[in-house]
Amino acid sequence: MFRYAVRRLLFAVPTLLVISLIIFALLDLAPSDPTAQLPLTIPEEVRQMIRLSLGLGEPFHIRYLLWLEQFLVNEPLNLIEHYWDIRIGDSEERLRVRSWSTRAPVIDLIAERLPQTLLVVGVSYAVAIMIAIPIGVVSAYRQYSIFDQLGTFVSMVGYSVPTFFTGTVLIVVFSVSLGWLPSIYDTTHVVTDLDSFIVQVKQMIMPVMVLALFNTAQLSRFVRSSMLDNLNQEYVRTARAKGMTEPVVILIHVLRNSMIPVVTVIALGLPTTFAGAIITEQIFRINGVGQLLIGAIEAADIPTVQTVTFIFAILIVLFNLVADLLYGMLDPRIRYD
Amino acid sequence: MTDAPLPERTAARHRSLWLDVWDQFRTHRGALAGVVVFALIVAGVVFGPLVHDVDPQYLDYRAKNQGASWAHPMGTDNLGRDMFARMLAGGRTSLAVGVTAMAIALTLGTSVGVMAGFFRPLDGPLMRLTDLFLALPILPLLLVIIMLFRDLLRSAFGPEFGIFILIVFVIGITSWMQTARIVRGEVLAIKEREFVLAARSIGTRPHRIILRHLFPNVLSPIMVSATLGVAQAIITESALSFLGLGFPSDFPTWGRLLFDGVPFLNLTPHRVIWPGLAISLTVLSVNYMGDGLRDALDPRIRGR
Repeated sequence: MFRYAVRRLLFAVPTLLVISLIIFALLDLAPSDPTAQLPLTIPEEVRQMIRLSLGLGEPFHIRYLLWLEQFLVNEPLNLIEHYWDIRIGDSEERLRVRSWSTRAPVIDLIAERLPQTLLVVGVSYAVAIMIAIPIGVVSAYRQYSIFDQLGTFVSMVGYSVPTFFTGTVLIVVFSVSLGWLPSIYDTTHVVTDLDSFIVQVKQMIMPVMVLALFNTAQLSRFVRSSMLDNLNQEYVRTARAKGMTEPVVILIHVLRNSMIPVVTVIALGLPTTFAGAIITEQIFRINGVGQLLIGAIEAADIPTVQTVTFIFAILIVLFNLVADLLYGMLDPRIRYD
Repeated sequence: MTDAPLPERTAARHRSLWLDVWDQFRTHRGALAGVVVFALIVAGVVFGPLVHDVDPQYLDYRAKNQGASWAHPMGTDNLGRDMFARMLAGGRTSLAVGVTAMAIALTLGTSVGVMAGFFRPLDGPLMRLTDLFLALPILPLLLVIIMLFRDLLRSAFGPEFGIFILIVFVIGITSWMQTARIVRGEVLAIKEREFVLAARSIGTRPHRIILRHLFPNVLSPIMVSATLGVAQAIITESALSFLGLGFPSDFPTWGRLLFDGVPFLNLTPHRVIWPGLAISLTVLSVNYMGDGLRDALDPRIRGR
């Protein structure tokens, strides 16, 4: 198990390096000029100096290695310094990945936006799991019942209807017609007492439900099929033959075994949910990481786009690894090597 | 004399594989409904402009922001363009994007899968490539590629065809991985079977084995991926259009129409509802078709 984990970790490193190269090359080879937005009155030599100051004077491989160093060495060092309040080496002189449009370090921009995204994505994923597991269990236990048929239909709808449509329909119904919920998510809102907490809950309901509906649809189907696989196993008959009550058989014996593949699917789905949050943030005007990315893309702010995209890639590789390792840890029948 | 009626009965009811598949498919009510709805949408989009022959680009500024009426069954937008005509035009583009992107993804996925499964030395590199593509953050990358190459392709192929090529191509090359994995698995199992050995022993060349013996046997998972691929491509395209990085407003798809309708949500909510319903119904019907097809093509389920 440990050897397998180390091998997977070692394989993740070249994967990430290749992905970083793809992202960097794609953005670098593209025909776009960061000084194109500046006024035409700026003379050519000044324009050239602006390009140099943005770090565009060096050849491709030097810039790629510099970016890697900034992202993989300098930024983690800064984070460590900031977190433990210590100084490592010459931290004032250390180069950082800077946004072209705001001139601020990209990592700081992301750190500003991350709490909003994490809150919405985290809560919606938790809600999705809490809804999906009971629905999946009941659907499997009462297979082909009306509840099961209805669940299949609803999950098919939830899977097929795009989030930007459910989001706008919710806004039409609950914000425009009924006026119950705000259509714009206010990230400057601070929770201090019960009233402000209620305001926070109100503005979170719609974005969370939109994301949760999509995830619930997939997860509940998965719980159902996993439960069905286990319900016909011999050990279930043994448990019933021993005289265990039905809730104990279903909720303790079957559910625990059925959760093994479900847990890995939950881990695999988390990065996808982050990507899905890009759209949700756009609908409800949440200024999270997704909106940072969209804004940076529209402003041709290449360093920000590179860094955010690469962070998404890291999330995917990391959670793939987590899913694989979890599967091995939870299921003793799985033997690696 | 007792076994005489037997050949008659089999002759009277000759069964082929596809008849069996169709019989199984018909028992899946959702799939059947999916076929009907999808056929209606396709027929409406293809033949609709013959019946409702309003120019989708015609500006009738005095009739802007109208609700449904006999002249404008789905109302008009803020420039007085007829929404129904725009929906029909947008549907053509949306469906064309879905089908073309699926075809690209399927061709890529099938070739990679067959190559990896059939030629052992290629298996490792091709599967690592597939893993790599699976680890790419697809939505951010799609947005980035479209932002960077939009103007280049629009100037090379014209504003409408250029963006079509770009979007179809990027969706195609980022969604072939699942098909490749499934096809590889099937090919790995089938190439060990006796009929492939027999073909090989009489000196059949690899490309003949692939085309005559392997390909027909992996057709069913490919067909299932094809239907699901259309749905996925339509969703991806409309998501890109919704983020403002897809088709332009004068060459709309359903996703773009929805995006254009969002600022007028208070005034004319029908501008959001109709395109959204069209996308959802199309994707839902295609997904149900794929579901039914998967059951119908599975020999373990068929005939029970």
